[in-house]
Amino acid sequence: MTTASESESRQIVESAGISVSRWKTASDIDEALNAAREIGFPNALKLNGSSIAHKTEQGFVRLNLKTESEFLNAANELLENKIDDSDLLITEMLSGSREVIAGVVRDSQFGPCVMFGFGGVLAEAIADVEFRLAPITPYDARDLISSLKTTDLLKEFRGEEALDIDATIDLLIKLGDLAKDDKILSIDLNPLILVKGIPIAVDALVEIKEESL
Amino acid sequence: MTKDLKFLFEPRGVIVTGVSSHPGKFGFVALHNILSCGYEGKVFAIGREESTVLEQKVTTSLDSIPENEADLMILCTPVEMNEELLRKASEKGVKAVFCAAGGYSETGEEGLKAEKRLVALAAELDLVLAGPNGQGVVSPPAGLCAQIVAPYAPKGRIAVVSQSGNFVSSFLNYANQTGIGISRSVSAGNAAATEIIDFLEWFSTDPATDVALCYLEGLEKGRDFFERIKTITKKLPIVLVKGGTTMGGQRAAASHTGSLASDSKIFEGMARQAGITRAPNIESAFEIAATFATQPLPSGPRVLVLTTAGGWGVVTADAISNSSELVLTPLPNDLKEEINKLLPPRWSKNNPIDLAGGETRDTIPELLSIASKHPEIDSIIQLGLGIQGNTANLVRTGKFYPNHGLERIVNFHERQERRYAEVSIKASLSSGKPILIASELATTQPNNPMVKTIRDSGQLCYASANRAVSALNHLVRYAIWRNQSN
Repeated sequence: MTTASESESRQIVESAGISVSRWKTASDIDEALNAAREIGFPNALKLNGSSIAHKTEQGFVRLNLKTESEFLNAANELLENKIDDSDLLITEMLSGSREVIAGVVRDSQFGPCVMFGFGGVLAEAIADVEFRLAPITPYDARDLISSLKTTDLLKEFRGEEALDIDATIDLLIKLGDLAKDDKILSIDLNPLILVKGIPIAVDALVEIKEESL
Repeated sequence: MTKDLKFLFEPRGVIVTGVSSHPGKFGFVALHNILSCGYEGKVFAIGREESTVLEQKVTTSLDSIPENEADLMILCTPVEMNEELLRKASEKGVKAVFCAAGGYSETGEEGLKAEKRLVALAAELDLVLAGPNGQGVVSPPAGLCAQIVAPYAPKGRIAVVSQSGNFVSSFLNYANQTGIGISRSVSAGNAAATEIIDFLEWFSTDPATDVALCYLEGLEKGRDFFERIKTITKKLPIVLVKGGTTMGGQRAAASHTGSLASDSKIFEGMARQAGITRAPNIESAFEIAATFATQPLPSGPRVLVLTTAGGWGVVTADAISNSSELVLTPLPNDLKEEINKLLPPRWSKNNPIDLAGGETRDTIPELLSIASKHPEIDSIIQLGLGIQGNTANLVRTGKFYPNHGLERIVNFHERQERRYAEVSIKASLSSGKPILIASELATTQPNNPMVKTIRDSGQLCYASANRAVSALNHLVRYAIWRNQSN
């Protein structure tokens, strides 16, 4: 088993039609700055490589970079600490106060499963997630969303739109379809930020069967 | 392909092995239960010694048994004898074997080997093999109680399969208590050759069965179970209790998704996808299955509550509002106008329909007849029946009875109760909609004429409104699932 880099992971889910935040990779500081200008400010910067899972815990993420100088400082810092064949990943900084989590896992009993639930930094503490065996139908996806305990937290809230149920159903069905590929062992989209109710992945982690890389 | 289990549940004749004169031995008990519960087919007993047990001739070998007269053999003999018995039985035309005997995989390495040999031999001989290490088979439509424990059960529409024999007994005990009967029941034992899912598949082809009731602990082939059960549930509702929270499921745990996954979460998701009706415990599982067995499937979530007085209606409305599927539908205007003609103005004018004591002798039957036919109502929960019967009970046992006109009023009250119950059942039949009656008198006063009439008609009187709401909620959820899956 190997963890794909975030850029590889993003490519995999994006090519399945799943929305991710806009992104670019860069291998040096000049490329990085160009990418940052293209994506706009504020943006986010991460070290990108196959050996770097759980970037936040390892200090490889810089969020909400508002100016070019902030960006350059952050980029230089990350490049100094870069490991192996890693490069830089520049993404847009999405704003939205609510986050969800979605993914795919392979269970030894039941095979590939799609997961969806309440997300963000509290996801593991709240652990309000539900699973369905992949592939899933629109009924399964809708039932999954409505069976969450925190489903009320995903309704319209302080001027923010409610979770777009149809977009979410579409996302979950696409995750289920990705799971048909035996080489994909797991997918983590954590978090997805709700932008006008539509969940957009701002981080992606795909685990792939060793021999297939 | 569905395993044909007909000969397990509808055998033309039964052989019991391991029969001795000791009333505590499995062979004796199995023979006793078969002979005393009304089985009309031929019975053959095999034991160590030629003798007569329970007025039944016991022979020492299968050689003396005529060919093609017994379809089923119940094995109550030790491990070392059973392979030979299987061969002989097959020669005599036996088609199915229930191995009640233990000493197989549950005992360790040697037992596991013996179990594998038994399974291979049954396959070679084309015999259906259930067990080993199980309680047996009960099949009231065939008058068959081929098990090494009690109880037998009245005939009905619920088919039971359980990984734990004790829960077969529990379900059958509830069947006896409620009168809601059983079509088939089997304890799967070690399920060496015939698994829970095989039984469920056959139940879905069985004309005697309307609902399956299942207790499950572990699974070995989870995906296969899912693929098969979701096909069964399209035809047959399955009420399932899952014991044990872990099944040894393992997942890649580097991901958040993996670390958030648990066996119980994944099982729950699987069950919802497959249209399985999951019950939280044995008692409610039986009650839900009994509801599937006795009520039509509702065509929608809209519930009408009908009560003779306030409090009952209020708590039932709360329970409906808190349920996942049911809707306390606003009272349609045309129905409101109809009811205005039947009741003095103090009635609730909303759902719940609270009669507020304004009813006369014919109000409830008339109201029920109108309401059950209304197209915007999918099911009815009826409360507050049995009060008159309760009054009659007090008066009948009091010191003034039968004088002072009390005999007449007691008879009137009791007659009314029987009539209410009959009217509800009739309204359900003619409208094709569920009508559930709830009253604590179901358990506190089982001889109340309302309770008794419902029971004698083969229906269930719910011991509380909450329980009726919960059972109805499961029916609606299943109906929704089945509609979208077909």
